[in-house]
Amino acid sequence: MRRVVVTGMGMVTPLACGVEETWRILLAGGNGADRISGFEIDDLACQVACQLPRGNGSEGTYNPDDWMEPKEQRKVDEFIVYAMAAAEQALADAAWKPESYEDQIRTGVMIGSGIGGLTGIVEAGYTLRDKGPRRVSPFFIPGRLINLASGQVSIRHGLKGPNHAVVTACSTGSHAIGDAARLIGLGDAEVMVAGGAESPINRIAIAGFAACRALSTGFNDRPKMASRPYDENRDGFVMGEGAGIVVLEELEHAKARGARMYGEVIGYGLSGDAHHITAPASDGDGAYRCMKAALDRAGVSPSQIDYVNAHGTSTPLGDEIEVAAVERVVGDAADGLTMSSTKSAIGHLLGAAGAVEAIFCLLAIRDNIVPPTLNLDNPSIATPIDLVPHKAKEKPIDVVLSNSFGFGGTNASLVFRRI
Amino acid sequence: MSDTNIEERVKKIVIEHLGVEKEKVANDASFIDDLGADSLDTVELVMAFEEEFGVEIPDDAAETILTVGDAVRFLSKSTA
Repeated sequence: MRRVVVTGMGMVTPLACGVEETWRILLAGGNGADRISGFEIDDLACQVACQLPRGNGSEGTYNPDDWMEPKEQRKVDEFIVYAMAAAEQALADAAWKPESYEDQIRTGVMIGSGIGGLTGIVEAGYTLRDKGPRRVSPFFIPGRLINLASGQVSIRHGLKGPNHAVVTACSTGSHAIGDAARLIGLGDAEVMVAGGAESPINRIAIAGFAACRALSTGFNDRPKMASRPYDENRDGFVMGEGAGIVVLEELEHAKARGARMYGEVIGYGLSGDAHHITAPASDGDGAYRCMKAALDRAGVSPSQIDYVNAHGTSTPLGDEIEVAAVERVVGDAADGLTMSSTKSAIGHLLGAAGAVEAIFCLLAIRDNIVPPTLNLDNPSIATPIDLVPHKAKEKPIDVVLSNSFGFGGTNASLVFRRI
Repeated sequence: MSDTNIEERVKKIVIEHLGVEKEKVANDASFIDDLGADSLDTVELVMAFEEEFGVEIPDDAAETILTVGDAVRFLSKSTA
């Protein structure tokens, strides 16, 4: 297969709007969790989330009007606006602006989402019930469909290559980057705009995930302590929102135009648990197999892995299963391995998580520094792996592994290497 | 209901839904050619007129409402 590199990155996260702003705050130990604002939470079991820092767009705040006209925003769910913001950043960062027909048809989009436009579905449901079908907006459907993030981005930027969307819950962002890289590798496109976007901080999603017993509920009065992967007091994940999008490019195409390269996508592995709709399999076999597949594809040995960005959601079951699966994959190399969960700082961005975390991995390679796992006061397990508690850690980083595991037992791992 | 009142309400809806400047919403302005609407926008506009004026606009009538003035005339008749 042809080689694929990352030449542009964009993100909107609970820490900031923008890649460099988010990264700076992440390394400094910033924490995006707070009590939920914007809607009624008194009757919700979980009252904590990592929401975007909304503002006028200055100093890293997120202003949706900077990315989509207000009259267009009205027609779409927020996850689409987040995707527009991150995609525009990524394309600008890559300095890729296809204007010729040939460049346009060789540039595609693969942006996924775990859930899509829940808020609009709820509102349209009320409209249908209270006012009847003649009042359901013509923008209801095209504003909620998950692939409309890819659609809107393609329309805005004139990208006429493959137009696709991934929906694999919390693995979406990783699958999107992996699948898009394969499309380039196989020759279906030269450039792909790939990643994930999610806007799940609303009453119905919080209620639903709380009903699954997936969310933290014991830290409503101490929100900054709620997301605590591997810590013995963890009690569920903290919802996040935002988008992460990268520009993937065929190596020679990137070289020919002198593009800056953040790293190469050298491995991608996928697997299924075939176990339970929400719980991970206790033997971690699915997690093991997708990491193994990605490393085999990459052709790197476990001892070459410098950093693992863990799925690490802060749920009681999942964290320990992942650690055990990583130990099984790397064997003796566990001693000296560095692994952290950035969900401790930004929460769980569901379908955007894998894409945002892939960007953190590429920045770790660029800057030779590992972001920390916040709130890891007392690990619930003994492991030789360094889980990077509290503070970022400088170390040489050339090869990174990023994991994502989703409801339905869907797993994805990506491997990036310095180029 | 006076025609002026209807005209004001129609224009307010058009400004809100299409996000256009007040000055552009002249009586002879075409939703699609002058105000940047697409076919879905016009469907939504008609729904908004129905909601605002408490009338039902059948599809064949909706197809004849192409300008701000068309809407004002139709709604003046149907609410008279």
